[in-house]
Amino acid sequence: MSQPVVLEAVDIVKELGEGAGRVRALKGVSLSLRAGELTLLMGPSGSGKTTLLSILGCILTPTSGSVRIKDESVDGLTPEQLADLRRRHIGFVFQSYNLFPTLTAIENVRLALDVRGMSYAETMAKGEAALKAVGLAHKLRSYPRNMSGGEQQRVAVARALAGEPTVILADEPTAALDSENGHAVMALLAQIARDHNHAVLAVTHDPRTHAYADRIVRIEDGRIVGEDRRPEAGKNVKKYDLTRRRKANA
Amino acid sequence: MILTLAIRNLFHDRIRLIVTLVGILFSIVLVAVQLGLYLGARKMIIDMIENSNGEIWITAYGAKSFEEGGILLTPRERHAALAVPGVKAVVPLVVSFAEWRKPGGGSTNSVVVGTDADDNGLRAWNIVEGSQEAIEAPDGVAVDRSYLSDLGVTGIGDTAQIERGRVRVRAITEGIRSFTMAPYIFTTLNRARALLGVPGENVSYYLVQVAPGTDIERLRKDLSSRLPNTEVLTKAEFRDRSLDQWLFSTGAGVALIGGAILGLLVGTVIVAQTLYSSTKDHLNEFATLRALGSSSGYIHKVILAQAGLSAVLGYVLGMAIALTVVVLSTHTALPIIMTPGLAVSLFLLTLFMCAISAVSAIMKVTKIDPAMVFSR
Repeated sequence: MSQPVVLEAVDIVKELGEGAGRVRALKGVSLSLRAGELTLLMGPSGSGKTTLLSILGCILTPTSGSVRIKDESVDGLTPEQLADLRRRHIGFVFQSYNLFPTLTAIENVRLALDVRGMSYAETMAKGEAALKAVGLAHKLRSYPRNMSGGEQQRVAVARALAGEPTVILADEPTAALDSENGHAVMALLAQIARDHNHAVLAVTHDPRTHAYADRIVRIEDGRIVGEDRRPEAGKNVKKYDLTRRRKANA
Repeated sequence: MILTLAIRNLFHDRIRLIVTLVGILFSIVLVAVQLGLYLGARKMIIDMIENSNGEIWITAYGAKSFEEGGILLTPRERHAALAVPGVKAVVPLVVSFAEWRKPGGGSTNSVVVGTDADDNGLRAWNIVEGSQEAIEAPDGVAVDRSYLSDLGVTGIGDTAQIERGRVRVRAITEGIRSFTMAPYIFTTLNRARALLGVPGENVSYYLVQVAPGTDIERLRKDLSSRLPNTEVLTKAEFRDRSLDQWLFSTGAGVALIGGAILGLLVGTVIVAQTLYSSTKDHLNEFATLRALGSSSGYIHKVILAQAGLSAVLGYVLGMAIALTVVVLSTHTALPIIMTPGLAVSLFLLTLFMCAISAVSAIMKVTKIDPAMVFSR
């Protein structure tokens, strides 16, 4: 039995810029994400991947079309209402990690929970659990400057995961990582989708990521041009081994 | 986490933090000194009026301040005042600038205050050497310790001359300063008249002591209607008039308050500038916070917490310096006063200054586009 649709975008059009410089970045895109699935959104530069990700993540609003997250419509919401929706439903993983350099790993994760209004005890418990889930229980008090790129990206994944969002949106999560760390992060995202029953969408043009995807959606020139379902996804991929990575890092 | 983030942002760039704190510190010291000088000057101007025992002052028409009342009132006004219901006693006072001739040569300006201690209208207070009774002895006067060298005397027993009469220092007070820099010389009513050559029984003021339960404002009006060519003022009115004369008509108070406002402006600009640049440097982080779903209020709180922390740190350092200046000024001609009220007001002013300084940073962050997190 297929998982329920948790995010649905219908006929999304997005125009950017003003006057003569106005361009149509998305030209009627429809996409739905299901719980428990890792979807890859692939396409060349300028195809509208990040614009679509921004709209699905309630950071940008579409020029036309509609977005629904768990039966909540995004249409006509104010910036503060959109922020509220992001708090409740969206977790982000960014290409450059976007960690706060002055905060430790646990503080970075706790911050994402603090904006949700959780108590100190809650943020500590969930923060530690999230970092443990990504294999960084031993790095709670480490600052980003003392961590490798792969570890920083895993902190970012933990930050996205900790708030128990409906959807995790990742923007080029492997772009800044070497091959081993790239595989590790993708395996982690796939595992989070399956084990935690989150819908995960990763924007990428890294072919190494294909093996982890349940579905690959291709976008070109602001339009969806193809979709592959991959029922065998992850079968031939090693499960993310936290112990192995921790030993390797040690 | 708001406080944690604010502290880390603040201490992340030590140089900028130091610049911020120096700005606040400079502002606090300047405002504290200026307002402390203002309070010191104010105290000196109103000390005589505040220490008088009487609710209403009868002055010659147009008296501008305690020191400038003239010696124009006659016993007729006293008798008229005593006839008004509600008046318990009417105490005569002679106050006038006079030349003090130093025993060793040279002279200086002084203010003679003549009043009889038995009338209990305006006694010398804080007597640290000698006594009130000693002032009543022949040629006796009381002077303040801080003016001994200005008056060319060293202590009890020294003699000098005021206008046309010889006087002897028989009591010494402490802390009775004069805003005009002319030391107050306490003596008896008749000796003051004699020294100053006052015609008849003229006086400068009548200090009215009121019977219990009397409506002071109503009594003031009654006295005013019965005493033409005089002014009848409540203690507060006379105090305000003296303040107005010395602080505002002369421009001294305006200069002090102007200096304090300038200090505030400089502090506000420095703090605003550093907070703004700090916010600009952390814009990507604030955009990330916004993308993570934080409300704009949450981010505003982080900036305000940074401003508040700067205020507290700057205030502590600034007050330490200001209090040192206050202690050092204790024995100068114009002591700086720091009261608990001024200290609290300065703290609130610092918080307000830093909050205002945060406005430009908040406006910058309000316009933040969370989509910039994808363009790093």
